[in-house]
Amino acid sequence: MLDTAKLRPDFPILARREHGHRLVYLDNAATTQKPRPVLDAVLDYYRTINANVHRGAYGLAVAATEAYEDARKTVARFVNAWAPEAVVFTRGTTESINLVAGSWGRANVRPRDTVVVTAMDHHSILVPWQLLCQEKGATLRMVEITADGRIDLADFAAALERRPKLVAFPYVSNSLGTVNPAAQLARLAHAAGAVVVVDGAQSTPHLRVDVQSLDCDFYALSGHKMLAPMGSGALVAKPALLEAMPPYHGGGEMIERVWDDHSTWNRIPHKFEGGTPNVEAAVGLAAAIVYLDRLGMDRVAEHEQALARTAIERLEQIEGVTVYGPKDHRAGVVPFTYGDIHPHDLATILDRDGICIRAGHHCTQPLMRRLGVPATARASFYVYNDVDDIDALVVAVRKAGELFGVVPA
Amino acid sequence: MSDLGDLYQQTILDHNRNPRNFRTVPGANRAAEGNNPLCGDRISLQVRVDGDVIREIGFQGSGCAISKASASLMTGAVQGKTTAEAESLFRAFHDMLAGGPDAPADPTSLGKLAAFAGVRSFPARVKCANLSWHTLHAALQHRAEPVTTESPSD
Repeated sequence: MLDTAKLRPDFPILARREHGHRLVYLDNAATTQKPRPVLDAVLDYYRTINANVHRGAYGLAVAATEAYEDARKTVARFVNAWAPEAVVFTRGTTESINLVAGSWGRANVRPRDTVVVTAMDHHSILVPWQLLCQEKGATLRMVEITADGRIDLADFAAALERRPKLVAFPYVSNSLGTVNPAAQLARLAHAAGAVVVVDGAQSTPHLRVDVQSLDCDFYALSGHKMLAPMGSGALVAKPALLEAMPPYHGGGEMIERVWDDHSTWNRIPHKFEGGTPNVEAAVGLAAAIVYLDRLGMDRVAEHEQALARTAIERLEQIEGVTVYGPKDHRAGVVPFTYGDIHPHDLATILDRDGICIRAGHHCTQPLMRRLGVPATARASFYVYNDVDDIDALVVAVRKAGELFGVVPA
Repeated sequence: MSDLGDLYQQTILDHNRNPRNFRTVPGANRAAEGNNPLCGDRISLQVRVDGDVIREIGFQGSGCAISKASASLMTGAVQGKTTAEAESLFRAFHDMLAGGPDAPADPTSLGKLAAFAGVRSFPARVKCANLSWHTLHAALQHRAEPVTTESPSD
């Protein structure tokens, strides 16, 4: 386990009191809190080297460009990308997936082609493909999940028989915590001739990620779920694919030469980074990666998984509580319901004890339909959480049961 | 600091557990659907209006205790009322939660609906209490599209 007593002072927000209680932040799958080194990196950037990147001839602009490009190298190293130019900075996973759909998808998906998604996909990885398939007259094939919340491998194989153009799935489910066998799924999809898109929003913060050994084609990540500022994120892609893709956003920075009626494009990754980029976000993301690297991603994963195991064990001791998702191969995400108490009521009651959890469909409505619930409550852990947080959670959940006089659902 | 007991009053817990008029209405001539897309609360409302009087009203759907109890108590409050009376009750209820101009000086003038006065201290839950009323408003206006709590009016 990580030494949370030593870590917690790094996170100023954790000193906040909520309704007279210490803040117990258990909504890390939604977004994470930011440590001082990240906050300092953003402020220092503006205090010392702020200038527009890639265009100034003066020293300040060179320093800003170096900070931005160093951040790209840091991200590339963190996920073992093919090269620094394999990393396109975006606003996060949603924009990354929209980039793939809008550029690669528009250029390659034809009428009657198939795009494969899964029933545990977040709306951010599902809806861009819905839009593309509607536009192109292509078929969207959704792979089913098993009763214990895994991708149904038999149905996955059946979907691949359609020889899809593209297969998209999450490495880790944000709603269930399932860690999918991403390398195996990528291998199967490639054997069927598909391009593979991995939603890394929930894996990058919590596991050691190696995109080359996963051998996916596109990998999307969000910085704000891994201690970095909101609006930071990246699309990591095989350089050959990026080279062949048309631009996504037109604008400054992404061009090589501009004529009256046409233009030629800058080299990758700049071809996909039209407009002044969010340099503070890139710099903050790099600082977050340095922080996580110092902790060690293997220890981060072990810490969260231990907390999730304890939380599941303690919650399941409460009569009427149902925990969703697989028994093993899961990350620090614990979705649950408690009798017939609606998750929003649970969240309101927990909030009064300073506990932040998410309640709702978690942007996975197709999954909720399959689980047969309109919503779940979700506790999700990160590096600063500890067993005291689980104690507080369990006490407050029991309190909700007393208030509502729970009838097991 | 507001207490959880102000929000989850016994009346609300009772109507959540045993919602009244939780059914379809035979011969309904007004209907509307309401959604709270952030929470996933859903309500389907059916009304039989005779002249300008609400003769029968029923709802179905799923949602949190606040939205369910609000729908249940609303159906009781507007049954037998004219549509104009129901609309003015809607304004009074809405303003009780939002602190608007039509807020009753004394919430107890709203009868059982006063149980929701405490919701005002829980801003994240105001839309749960309002969902059924917005849906009723839409049903009485014959509005075709589903109501959502994400409308700018909220």
